[in-house]
Amino acid sequence: MRNIYLKILALTITVVGIDLVTNAMDKTYYLTQLTMSLYYAMVVLALVLLMGYAGQISLGHAGFFAIGGYTTAVMSTINLLPYKDKPLINTLDKLRLLVLREDLYGDQILSFNPWVGVLLSLLIVAIVAYIIGIPVLKLKGHYLAMATLGFGIIVYRIVLGTALFGEADGISDVPAFKILPGLSINGEMDTKRMNYYIAAFFVVVLVYLLLNLINSRPGRALRAIHGAEEAAEASGIDTAKYKLKAFVISAVITALAGALLTHFNGGIGPSEASVMKSVRYVAIVAAGGMTSVWGGLSMAMILNFLSLRGYFGSYDDAVFGAVLILIMLFAPEGLLSLKIRTGIKKKTKQPHNI
Amino acid sequence: MSTELFFQYIAAGLTYGFIYAIVAIGFNIIYNTTGIINFAQGEFVMLGSMTAITLNAFMPLPLAILLSVLITMIVGAIMEMLFFRWLESPTVLRMIIITIGLSIIIREIALAIWGENVRALPYFTGNEVTSVSIFGAHISPQVLWVIGICSIVVVALQMFFKFTRYGRQMRACAANREAARLCGINAKNMVTLSFVLSAGIGALAGCVVSPITYSQYNMGVPLAIKGFTVAILGGLGNSMAAVAGGLVLGILESFSVWIMPSAYKDAISIAILLLILFFRPGGLFGRKEELALKEF
Repeated sequence: MRNIYLKILALTITVVGIDLVTNAMDKTYYLTQLTMSLYYAMVVLALVLLMGYAGQISLGHAGFFAIGGYTTAVMSTINLLPYKDKPLINTLDKLRLLVLREDLYGDQILSFNPWVGVLLSLLIVAIVAYIIGIPVLKLKGHYLAMATLGFGIIVYRIVLGTALFGEADGISDVPAFKILPGLSINGEMDTKRMNYYIAAFFVVVLVYLLLNLINSRPGRALRAIHGAEEAAEASGIDTAKYKLKAFVISAVITALAGALLTHFNGGIGPSEASVMKSVRYVAIVAAGGMTSVWGGLSMAMILNFLSLRGYFGSYDDAVFGAVLILIMLFAPEGLLSLKIRTGIKKKTKQPHNI
Repeated sequence: MSTELFFQYIAAGLTYGFIYAIVAIGFNIIYNTTGIINFAQGEFVMLGSMTAITLNAFMPLPLAILLSVLITMIVGAIMEMLFFRWLESPTVLRMIIITIGLSIIIREIALAIWGENVRALPYFTGNEVTSVSIFGAHISPQVLWVIGICSIVVVALQMFFKFTRYGRQMRACAANREAARLCGINAKNMVTLSFVLSAGIGALAGCVVSPITYSQYNMGVPLAIKGFTVAILGGLGNSMAAVAGGLVLGILESFSVWIMPSAYKDAISIAILLLILFFRPGGLFGRKEELALKEF
């Protein structure tokens, strides 16, 4: 188990190293895209848990991401000032769940504390994932892919067609998320480094949890499900329960990433819910080798960073489409497997027969 | 609701229903020979109609449609030969992801060629305001074109599978690939043929519907989802049931606008898809004994 701590230490050193290098190169503006990439990497890691460990594909994770982001965005920008005298609002205010602030135009606005929004978004996504997961996870292969894709499109359509969610404009002017005094997630210039480290903290914790999970009893159960579901069931593993747990946990992590990124960006738009986003996450997980935490994390950082810096130009979507095809044609076990296969013969792997 | 309005809705429902049915049949043809759901199916429809619109600038409409159908068929063949033919026993997940990737690439290429502009083919007969009166409802003649051509396609396909050599070979491959190969059927060519066929009917559907629904580079995805819904409604692989499923979905959707804002129209059909997947994944017409043998 000491091994894991060494890996986490290496990851932490890399995180600090990236910060120092960008500083030394005087390119601190990279930190903004790096921070965003870290939040997207959380989604990819959540998907590694679901696709790599449990062997269930999801083409609807952008939906969970959007539910997370939009929930906290609505809660922290809704103006309750006109209803201040209503008993319900009054009670909420007394419980210190509301905050009074000034919006962009200098008007007073009374809305929920971001803590409430973020926690509520996690709760809502957990419930949604649970309700959706029970029927969806009974499906396999194409049916599972289409069902999750359908879920994602429904979220996208609802976001795009509802005035509360700002329709095509999305929601802007989302306030900072003050986690602790002096520690806040926002897009201000002077807190860039702090925000980089906050995002990195979440990713490091997530990696630690995932690495621990692999060798635990649930982790073994999930891998057994991935390998051969019937055999796992016959060995006394409650496959339905484990799949559902993995699905809900994966969705909640995704929602957390969505909520935090929304506070960092100060807003969210409907494109976050689009099918292309879901496909992009799957592409990155595939490029990282499906089952690999490190592959997924490194691909998420590299591809998202390049995409956010605009290196792919208007071919952004095409690049991810091409990544998907090329990886699946030539290296279905991920980019990292290519090198190994030509050299030493690799240990036989479980087939990805999802 | 007045009877005129009622028939108006029915006509609109039938128009879309037939298009969904054609897309669903495209899914079924490929699914039957390969076991793949081709997520790029909607892209064939888009390619067909966009190509025809471009060609129509240089040549008469029927020729433009014919050529665009041929071109899309070639695209289908190339797609199969480049990306599927040489894969050895690929897993379902790998196939799904490849077709998704292809659909993105085709869409992006279309965006690069045609831009974001919404285009349309001209009406086959008459123009936007011509209408035929049926049961008091005013229906564009194009609707009759859609219904007519799609019906012919459905019947022709049935004949093809029943009576022609290639059609029977394809069905043999669908029933049992190994046995078909032992009988001397080139199974790989049959797979290519299935991509060609489904590309062709998709393109033709895209052409006939273009004057009514207009065409744009991103029209494929919603069509693919609805086509899949219809294929599932009828039971995957069952083409005649897909036609019934298509008409059901088309009419449901058409009447849903009456009750709900049209912004949610797509969400309705997807909600139907999810409900079917959850409760009757074998389709409305699937038999119990058969379902017990299938995996979903």
